[in-house]
Amino acid sequence: MTALGKLFRTTAFKLSLAYLVVFAIGAGLVLGRVAWNVKGLMDDQITSTIDAEIKGLSEQYAQGGLRRLVFVIEQRIRQPGASLYLATSPAGQSIAGNVIELQAGALENPSLIETSYRRDDDRETDHQHRALARIFVLPGGFRLLVGRDLGDREALHQVMGRALFTSLAWLVLIGTLGGLFVARRVLQRVDAISASAHEIMKGDLSRRLPLSGNHDELDRLAYNLNAMLDRIDELMAGLKEVSDNIAHDLKTPLTRLRNNAEEALRAEGSPVAYREGLERVIEESDGLIRIFNALLTIARLEAGQAAGEMKPCDPADILGDVVELYEPLAEDTGAQIALSMEAGLTISANRELMGQALANLIDNALKYGLSETSRSISAGVRQVGDRVELFIADSGQGIAVADRTRVTDRFVRLEGARSRPGSGLGLSMAQAIVKLHGGDLRIEDNAPGLRVVFSLPISVPHG
Amino acid sequence: MVAPMRLLIIEDDPDSATYLVKAFREAGHVADHAPDGLEGYAMARDGAYDVLIVDRMLPKLDGLSLIGGLREQKIDTPVLILSALGQVDDRVKGLRAGGDDYLAKPYAFSELLARVEVLQRRKGLGAGNVTVLRIGGLELDRLSHKLTRDGKEILIQPREFRLLEYLMQHAGQVVTRTMLLENVWDYHFDPQTNVIDVHISRLRSKIDKGFQAPLLHTIRGAGYMIRDSAR
Repeated sequence: MTALGKLFRTTAFKLSLAYLVVFAIGAGLVLGRVAWNVKGLMDDQITSTIDAEIKGLSEQYAQGGLRRLVFVIEQRIRQPGASLYLATSPAGQSIAGNVIELQAGALENPSLIETSYRRDDDRETDHQHRALARIFVLPGGFRLLVGRDLGDREALHQVMGRALFTSLAWLVLIGTLGGLFVARRVLQRVDAISASAHEIMKGDLSRRLPLSGNHDELDRLAYNLNAMLDRIDELMAGLKEVSDNIAHDLKTPLTRLRNNAEEALRAEGSPVAYREGLERVIEESDGLIRIFNALLTIARLEAGQAAGEMKPCDPADILGDVVELYEPLAEDTGAQIALSMEAGLTISANRELMGQALANLIDNALKYGLSETSRSISAGVRQVGDRVELFIADSGQGIAVADRTRVTDRFVRLEGARSRPGSGLGLSMAQAIVKLHGGDLRIEDNAPGLRVVFSLPISVPHG
Repeated sequence: MVAPMRLLIIEDDPDSATYLVKAFREAGHVADHAPDGLEGYAMARDGAYDVLIVDRMLPKLDGLSLIGGLREQKIDTPVLILSALGQVDDRVKGLRAGGDDYLAKPYAFSELLARVEVLQRRKGLGAGNVTVLRIGGLELDRLSHKLTRDGKEILIQPREFRLLEYLMQHAGQVVTRTMLLENVWDYHFDPQTNVIDVHISRLRSKIDKGFQAPLLHTIRGAGYMIRDSAR
């Protein structure tokens, strides 16, 4: 497509063109109306002049007869800018006047007519004048025609016509140029946006659409598209981190798996070594399966597919069961779990999923949340406004503010945790479960230690 | 240790099926194989099997419909469903369709074997409604919640009671950690840590400590078993 063709096809240009047509029609209508009114006004004026003259002449006729009439007519003819006069006999013969030719049959009808005529002082015979005239029948069958040339009106018409034409021509010219100018400006910006979009599509995801800074609709559009790009960028970064982490977190156990198998093979025929090698291989694959299962579970939770049955439950029961499951393990690691539970609350929950989320937190607390000086973990349920808060708090190092949003992402394991067993999926799963229950997971400072809070909507028991 | 069983494995993947048939034979059982849902249905209906192992995704007739069909025909052979789908809601669907147990792929054979053996026993015993469970000198009174060994009373927590009850109901059978978590705690997730082992060792210290013959045994790579080793 040529540059001009592209310009003509822009919405801006088409809109300008449409406006141009509307304006032209409007201007035409206004000028036409003015012309029509002016014509009416002039006709009225001419008619009243004619009527006054006819009245005067018929009075002269009544006073002095035909001679007087002829005399007055001759007198008036000689005056500059004289009207048109014609007096005829009942037979139609001209008696006096300055009109030598009329449209055929013009005299027949005693009324106001518009007719073509020729004056006695016209030199060229082909040029036709037009006049507005009244034919009046005098007593005795004489006819009197008094008229005024319509030259002025015609001239005005012509002037108006020319004005209409030239203004339309200007309108079209300015409109087209203006349209092209606006279209070009819009097109330039759209082209700039398209060019940026192309760059972005080619892979430069950090690029953004240009803003002109005048806050018009194109800016608003570009701004929103930029916001969308930011969001996409964020998601891509998240996805990249997840896939990088998946690659890393799956590669490590896969490498160990392979190493174990190779080592067993190198052992050359010792059944004990074979056996041990194979056992380690199975152990590693179980670890991998666990990671895959957790990933699948999180994906399904996030897609809202794994909700299962949500039932009204007492959060204290859910927490109590999980704590009971972990208590012996906690005692073995020298930790105490202190429970503080408000009774009689109800939430709508899947006991199994909520239990798993809490189990992940207690597991984390036992793995990472104990320090040399303090080995206490606290867990509890309480009502805060119209929310039920479940919390697990430990006395370890806690999580730095900067890491608190990141830590619920998949596979994110903070410094110091990487050396210890774990997949970096526990908090992600807990978060997905809490979100599925319409709640939020908050990570807070337990000073010292970490405090993870599930804030869930309270459920009003029926009946 | 366990009476030989007749098993039917309905599984479309030939490698998995061959592996299962071989593994069950090595464990002393007889296993037949059906490669699709329709053939599996016909064989399950006509043959006298102790336990059916049914894959959920099968050609011609899917696993859940197959089980539904059998249950409609009043065939109540215990069914264990194998599935690549391991989520809570999938389990629930499987059990509602008439399955007796559910195991997500990939699984350890020891887990599958333990579960199948428990299913067969359940069929044989009619749910074991005895009021007093006895193993060696250990007596668990399910009505009074009293536990004694050689007449000496042992104090026990409610959860330990349920743990021991489950183990004693399946005395002489391997019970896996997952089975305990499912049946004693009613959780179907993977706790990632050896929580069950700690509970077992507490229970063991209560029932075996100070007595000559241990009753609660750890089966390496599989789980636990309560058994009177004196006999």
